[in-house]
Amino acid sequence: MQPPALGHRDRLLTLVSTGLLLFFLWWAENYTSDYTIRILNQIAIFIILAVSYNVINGIAGQFSLEPNAFLAIGAYTSAIITLSPEEKARSFIIEPMVWPLSQLHASFPVSLLAAGFVTAFFALLMAIPVFRVRGDYLAIVTLGFGEVIHVVASNLVKVTNGPLGLKGLPAYTNLWWSWGICIATVFCIVRLVNSSYGRAMKAVREDETAAQAMGINAFRIKTLAFTLSGFFEGVAGGLLAHLITTISPSLFTFMFTFNLLIIIVIGGLGSTTGSILAAVLITAGGEFLRFVEEPMTILGFHYEGIPGMRMVIFSMSLIGVMILAPRGIMGRNEFTWQKFFDIVRKLRAGRQGR
Amino acid sequence: MNQKLLSVSGLNVVFGGLLAVNDLDITIESGQVVGLIGPNGAGKTTAFNAITGRIKPSAGTVLFKGTDVTGWPPFRIAQFGITRTFQSIKLYDDLTVLENVMVAAHATIKYSFLEAMVGVGRYARDEKLIRTQSYELLDVVGLGNYALEKAGTLPYGSQRRLEVARALALGPSLLLLDEPVAGMNPMETMDFVKVIRSINKDMGLSIALIDHDMKFVMNVCHKIRVIDHGIPIAWGTPQEIVADEKVVAAYLGQG
Repeated sequence: MQPPALGHRDRLLTLVSTGLLLFFLWWAENYTSDYTIRILNQIAIFIILAVSYNVINGIAGQFSLEPNAFLAIGAYTSAIITLSPEEKARSFIIEPMVWPLSQLHASFPVSLLAAGFVTAFFALLMAIPVFRVRGDYLAIVTLGFGEVIHVVASNLVKVTNGPLGLKGLPAYTNLWWSWGICIATVFCIVRLVNSSYGRAMKAVREDETAAQAMGINAFRIKTLAFTLSGFFEGVAGGLLAHLITTISPSLFTFMFTFNLLIIIVIGGLGSTTGSILAAVLITAGGEFLRFVEEPMTILGFHYEGIPGMRMVIFSMSLIGVMILAPRGIMGRNEFTWQKFFDIVRKLRAGRQGR
Repeated sequence: MNQKLLSVSGLNVVFGGLLAVNDLDITIESGQVVGLIGPNGAGKTTAFNAITGRIKPSAGTVLFKGTDVTGWPPFRIAQFGITRTFQSIKLYDDLTVLENVMVAAHATIKYSFLEAMVGVGRYARDEKLIRTQSYELLDVVGLGNYALEKAGTLPYGSQRRLEVARALALGPSLLLLDEPVAGMNPMETMDFVKVIRSINKDMGLSIALIDHDMKFVMNVCHKIRVIDHGIPIAWGTPQEIVADEKVVAAYLGQG
């Protein structure tokens, strides 16, 4: 009694749609404005963040509030690595940078990897004490850690340049880097979630006692989930730093975490495809809605444009989604090609029926 | 003379001032089905929890396959060969029936998470093996046709059987069943007796079970341990237990 394994059709369709995405990116790079490209980069970074944040929160079910802290660690790590020694000497005006770091200089990919590993290391340090006990301690610890990182970044002047931040980073992040890493991240995480490790994470989420009784080392599984989330969030931090080219402690506030939490909840906690969908909708939607703040004339009525109106509409649509789909757009389900075709078929049948 | 698989001796569990299990001894030989019966609150489930490491016993030892496993964390005891089902069903409701069983095989996989993420190495082979084994186990308990349903949507009796399949997936040598037929109708119970017999005979597993359905317990068990208020009061074959005066007084009642 075994259903046929996933067909080549699905793999082919995924490949083709990835190809289409790459073609679209090529088109966007050559024929659209810098503004559009910037938003596309942001979308890619938010997809990486949402998908990896979803691993610890949605898949392993451990409520955590770490993204702003891990983004900061990743961003600072990679920025310190890509800044040239001369540039560092010029921008550290309060106090000169501490020695080994001041001479550190390597290429962008190396800095991204370093950002990932350094962040993963911090995640591991936090996971070891926190996961020894059961309960919502992770949320408290990560929330506190975010504040600690903020204070450290402001005061450890010899490493972070304090409140002045790091300026003049090379703008390495382009569509190919951000989307390349985004696709790789999604690929890796989807594979992980569908593997035995992903199932074990879900088992811990569903019932930790039962999971333990079935031979799953819950401590190890939770640590793995959290460390992996940390790794990818760190890489995203590196990408973000080289997209906006200026980082300072005030950039990495709790609002970042809050936005990501909204994204993964709207997408459906525990659904990777849901996270991707919501990351695109919310990042692009936030920009798209800017037009409501501009002055315009509707049916002869002149509207001056109210700053902040965008957030009002945004919040209202969030409430709408929560009413219509309390478990998020995708719930805990994933997008599959089979479901896609089923829906298409149903739509077509409906139209013919009329 | 059969080999001793599990021997529990002098097991004590204290909750605050309450002695939940007092000096419990149980021996299970390879291939045996042993029943643990007694009135509600007698400490049966507590004894199971102590054996599987969910709670730490205050005194006593649990010897399994000649190794002292007292106080081991639950996942290690499970990997070492004792798995269980729960009195109140604890399935992973949002996972499919198949996944519920596949999860239990996690301890047996050889591939690392890196191999899983990139999809190379032993990943594909191990996954295929786990999948095939899980389907076989589902067929053993008669759930092969529901493999892709979500576990939470199954009817009660099927959920009980899924718990058994999940407990088997780790390849244990001892299976602990906590009230496996509670809430089942006589037909379902009859079916379940067959499942237990087949696990015991065909797969060669030893089983310890708790239940209040005397007909069922007498039917499947080779040996029975009776406890009352944490104190063991009798040990013997079903025939001996039915005839034991203390058991009749404490639990079975005058027929």
